[in-house]
Amino acid sequence: MEKNINVTLKIWRQASPKVKGEFISYKMDNVPTDSSFLEMLDVLNERLLKERKEPVEFDHDCREGICGMCSLYINGHPHGKDGGTTTCQLHMRRFSNGETIVIEPFRSAAFPVIKDLRVDRSAFDKIIQSGGYVSVNTGGAQDGNAIPISKIDADEAMDAASCIGCGACVATCKNGSAMLFVAAKVSQLSLLPQGKVERAARAKAMVSKMDELGFGNCTNTGSCEAECPKSISISHIARLNREYLNAKFTD
Amino acid sequence: MAKKQDTTSVEAPIIDARIPAGPLAEKWSNYKAHQKLVNPSNKRRLDIIVIGTGLAGASAAASLAELGFNVLNFCIQDSPRRAHSIAAQGGINAAKNYQNDGDSVYRLFYDTIKGGDYRAREANVYRLAEVSNNIIDQCVAQGVPFAREYGGLLDNRSFGGAQVSRTFYAKGQTGQQLLLGAYSSLSRQIGKGAVKLYSRYEMLDVVIVDGRARGIIARNLVTGKTERFSAHAVVVGSGGYGNAFFLSTNAMTSNASAAIQIYKKGAYFANPAYAQIHPTCIPVHGEYQSKLTLMSESLRNDGRIWVPKKKEDAEAIRAGKLKPTDLKEDERDYYLERRYPAFGNLVPRDVASRAAKERCDAGFGVGNTGLAVYLDFSDSIKRHGEATIRARYGNLFQMYDKIVDENPYNTPMMIYPAIHYTMGGVWVDYELQTSIKGLFCIGEANFSDHGANRLGASALMQGLADGYFVLPYTIQNYLADQIQVPRLSTDLPEFEEADKAIKSKIEKIMKIQGDRTVDSIHRELGLVMWDFVGMGRTKEGLEHALEKIKEIRKTFWTKVYVPGQSVDMNSELEKALRVADFIEIGELMARDSLMREESCGGHFREEYQTPDGEALRNDEEFSFASCWKYNGEGEAPTLLKEPLEYEFVKRQQRNYKA
Repeated sequence: MEKNINVTLKIWRQASPKVKGEFISYKMDNVPTDSSFLEMLDVLNERLLKERKEPVEFDHDCREGICGMCSLYINGHPHGKDGGTTTCQLHMRRFSNGETIVIEPFRSAAFPVIKDLRVDRSAFDKIIQSGGYVSVNTGGAQDGNAIPISKIDADEAMDAASCIGCGACVATCKNGSAMLFVAAKVSQLSLLPQGKVERAARAKAMVSKMDELGFGNCTNTGSCEAECPKSISISHIARLNREYLNAKFTD
Repeated sequence: MAKKQDTTSVEAPIIDARIPAGPLAEKWSNYKAHQKLVNPSNKRRLDIIVIGTGLAGASAAASLAELGFNVLNFCIQDSPRRAHSIAAQGGINAAKNYQNDGDSVYRLFYDTIKGGDYRAREANVYRLAEVSNNIIDQCVAQGVPFAREYGGLLDNRSFGGAQVSRTFYAKGQTGQQLLLGAYSSLSRQIGKGAVKLYSRYEMLDVVIVDGRARGIIARNLVTGKTERFSAHAVVVGSGGYGNAFFLSTNAMTSNASAAIQIYKKGAYFANPAYAQIHPTCIPVHGEYQSKLTLMSESLRNDGRIWVPKKKEDAEAIRAGKLKPTDLKEDERDYYLERRYPAFGNLVPRDVASRAAKERCDAGFGVGNTGLAVYLDFSDSIKRHGEATIRARYGNLFQMYDKIVDENPYNTPMMIYPAIHYTMGGVWVDYELQTSIKGLFCIGEANFSDHGANRLGASALMQGLADGYFVLPYTIQNYLADQIQVPRLSTDLPEFEEADKAIKSKIEKIMKIQGDRTVDSIHRELGLVMWDFVGMGRTKEGLEHALEKIKEIRKTFWTKVYVPGQSVDMNSELEKALRVADFIEIGELMARDSLMREESCGGHFREEYQTPDGEALRNDEEFSFASCWKYNGEGEAPTLLKEPLEYEFVKRQQRNYKA
């Protein structure tokens, strides 16, 4: 049932990448619990505008949990503490009256802050550009049913492919590792016959690009899996490690 | 031989789509056999700007780069993977006939023409159906993990408006998987240096030199500065204009600005009235609401739509005194099954939406607002078991639970129609070229294939058809004549002038410093659109809307408040520029709806309906695509007509009853 709560927000404000940022507190009264977290921030921004102040910049787009654009670190958790949820799917009914909510950007060496809560995640695109694809040009593909694929493999590939590229795994990792992100793509493509041809080159290229871009190493703490809004399993990291070792041994 | 492929002919008074001659099934083959091509060494010297990285934009950018062209690709988000195609849930149609249930290219063509209420071009739709099978093959080759059966072959489901199972899907995330497929192909070309990606950029204008599109002005959303880019051709794949309604299923940044800017530079805007109201969205719940969430149409395969049979029961449910599960089978009105026995819950979207509105208007609606109907899975859960339903729709049920805080495995979902997709868009000819030479438009941004209503699982098909299999051919027919044209300097007066105009528009908005926030004006526009240009339109309502929109435009240009600096990251300024254009498209929608004195597909004029409340077309007078030509600020646009001639299909009143 809908009710209203009062909360205090402590939001990270930073005017540009080079200047020092700080937490600013905002009191929010009568927040409807049926509103989403981002709608609550919309209300705050409308208020700031009425006060002739600059609104809080944050990334968001589809607001239905699939584009991966929203990226807030809420009370010490990327996308908040609910499992399997993006920030845009988080609702205020998950918070209690009188609570203080700390909101930070996704922090990692590879994700520099642009402004306030917006960060630059283009490093993820660069990793995909280094090999996260099947090298097939448009046209000339054979019939879609020419190669049967076991439902089990297709389903597991789909689970890996459901990664939305939000960066929660990196933000939560104490090493700032992008292993779950890379593993999801490597795993998806190595499970499918279409991706198997380039599996060795792909694993090597993507891992090397990840290292080059300043992401840390994986020490198997499992926090990425716990915080992933799409609940992607770290068993994919195991598969990536196998793919990578196989590739190295066959060098 | 394809007729009239000369790209230099001047504008004709009656709009000519330059459809190739010959039998329907041979038009596209004939076109491809006779079109002009560009040889590999010349392709390297030609630059193409592609706006947007959704299904259409990303597939076009990747395919053009694979061919050897230099591509500059722009996206508004931080990554091409976030384009709103990603949110499409249900599936993509193709005429594979893997199920042996009688499907064929002709049947997909026919269903799409009929679904569009006979307001689409036959030749375009046939081509779409023809290339649909290539799309599935291409996506499988990219590693798109489509749903499969235990034997390892591709699975299909059925969708509204069809009696065959031709929809391919990847859980309830088909758009995501297809987009990530296109994104991977695009990423490969970016890695090779064949595509230069500009993310967090927004196109603000097209630059015309000697009557041809030769570049764009774009704003870097991080620095706030405007930048100039030149090219031999410009392709706009910037999506639809549904966000004119403020509340829609579109993403927050989805906007009509690229389309409106090219309209203002002379590209015709076609059929703006044709907007799709999707029947299965989560109902509106509060004033602070920022967007609406779609529940995939695929749910109608297993869900049954109903409202209480008795008004008292509906009232008791609205007051919270009765639960839907308390009502017995004979106390429920499965109104779609009752009205449309042949198609039942799988009628096309426009029909399902209007039927829901009709029941709610008559007082049978549920939810605390009375603006909702039930979508009930209890029968399917009984028949197939909860595990099967979870496997089919798990992510959608979870999404519903998060938003509404109710478990749809135990209680029926509540749904209500919402603005979802726009069939109208920038007018293009058979080659997907706009009325400006060298300016092409693809995907939802153009108007070409869906007529007055789009069938489910056809948007993904059209976006990818345009980008992978149509534009990479047709654009060469234009570029073959451009190989002698050198790379133009962005210091040319035309670039200078366009850049200056954009800068002064931005400064004008910054200087207003009024007392209205951008969102508050956008909401005001959205309410007018929903109330008067939404599901039920009337002459009086539309005239009222036109008056209201005029006032809203005045409010915007005198009272809007944008804080901060223009040469900085400034999301309020971004939104303000978009809302200024939503006001323009909103007016154009109302104008087109007023002009079209008939009902067809998603355009329903209450004055024109059959005795049992179905859309009543007027083929005598309105069998044309309305093409609006911009005449300058404050001037009424001119209506031009592209006649729609049906050579191969006999038009009839759509019938989903028997």
